[in-house]
Amino acid sequence: MDVTAAFSEALGLIFGADPKFVAIVGLSLRVTLTAVLLAAMIGLPLGAWLAVSRFPGRNLVIVFINGMMGLPPVVAGLMVFLLLSRSGPLGNWGLLFTPTAMVIAQTLLVLPIVIALTRGTTEELWREYREHLASLGVSGLRAVPTLLWDGRFALATGLLAGFGRASAEVGAVLIVGGNIANYTRTMTTTIALETSKGDLPLALGLGIVLMGLTFLINGLAFGASRIGQRFAG
Amino acid sequence: MRAPASILPLRVENLAFEAEGKSLLGPLSFELPRGGITAIIGPNGAGKSLLLRLCHGLIVPASGRVNWAVEEGMLAGRKRHAMVFQRPVMLRRSARANLQHAASVARAGRRVEDALERFGLASLAERPARLLSGGEQQRLALARAWLLEPEVLFLDEPTSQLDPGATRQIEASLERLAAEGVTLLMTTHDLGQARRLARRVLFLHRGALVEDAEASAFFAAPRSEKARSFLAGDLLW
Repeated sequence: MDVTAAFSEALGLIFGADPKFVAIVGLSLRVTLTAVLLAAMIGLPLGAWLAVSRFPGRNLVIVFINGMMGLPPVVAGLMVFLLLSRSGPLGNWGLLFTPTAMVIAQTLLVLPIVIALTRGTTEELWREYREHLASLGVSGLRAVPTLLWDGRFALATGLLAGFGRASAEVGAVLIVGGNIANYTRTMTTTIALETSKGDLPLALGLGIVLMGLTFLINGLAFGASRIGQRFAG
Repeated sequence: MRAPASILPLRVENLAFEAEGKSLLGPLSFELPRGGITAIIGPNGAGKSLLLRLCHGLIVPASGRVNWAVEEGMLAGRKRHAMVFQRPVMLRRSARANLQHAASVARAGRRVEDALERFGLASLAERPARLLSGGEQQRLALARAWLLEPEVLFLDEPTSQLDPGATRQIEASLERLAAEGVTLLMTTHDLGQARRLARRVLFLHRGALVEDAEASAFFAAPRSEKARSFLAGDLLW
């Protein structure tokens, strides 16, 4: 099949709302959004806590988390696989090769990004606000809600970066999801599989959606930063 | 037994502060009675800002004590001393939201709308605080402190970065606060401002309290050689 025909068929899949196509996009978004939500729930307070806390070994923790931002997705997948495999510590939960396993793997990928960006953003705010907040009787952990709220636009950009990483990765979800048709097959794993099989229209269609998502994320990040400047100064 | 009605007088006893083994302030002692404006003056590095921060409890002294008439200067569970900084810290929110934040975390005794009105900020209430001019930001910082119904207000060079017009507005606000019974302890580099506002002067040099005098007496006839040189415009160090 030539590329033009494949491209035309890919557009047909997108605009025709092909059920198989829509299901794959839907599963991908569900898995990634859940992972980002979980990472935000854990990472935002943890990152802010790290910004305001001082304890022995804190620098080591920061270096470790920064290092984890570069965690290769296949390694994250392998770690979750070992954890959830039948002989692993959580093997009896029966989660391997399920969307839940994919969510766990993607959370592991996004979490360091959220923690590190939150720490950076809130630590800068904490340096600026510390005396004023202390003057109001607010110190340490009680400052966390203020710091998170005032860093909200920068943090939104961080979460979008996390979403970008998770939605584009293939290794981790392939290992822990198993790429099972109609169950754990996501956009990225489908593209990898269908390209190798020579089924270009489906791969191209999903590629176009992924590219669209990337542009959307960048647009949202840009918008968040502009809104932040306008409304928060 | 009746609860105390005031956190004053403030008794500072042998207060000293040091960093990395180097003495930066004190030991010094003085008493701050109720009412009026007291100016802390002296050259750079004299320890003026340090003294305010120690009194307000932002930093811990190496030795000595800051004794309020009631523990930690709190009455009915509320801290009754506030501070305005040289560079006002503005949260990344509107002017109104800055006041609301202070009101909620510090259990303000006054209403946000009253603070906006009193300090001429009502028309700026929805503007991002960080985009206000220096004078407007300092008025907002004063409004934020006023919200907390302080008995004592510490001010660290509140007009050092303002033009004469904005300075006049801030000075008028300070005089009004003092007339209403708030006790003000402020640092300033502006000797004219100290003459205009202060009833009493604490003169610091190299961390030592060199003079503690009525402002009129201090400016007319300073007792120490250092203070005389300082008032004459000599470069003390």
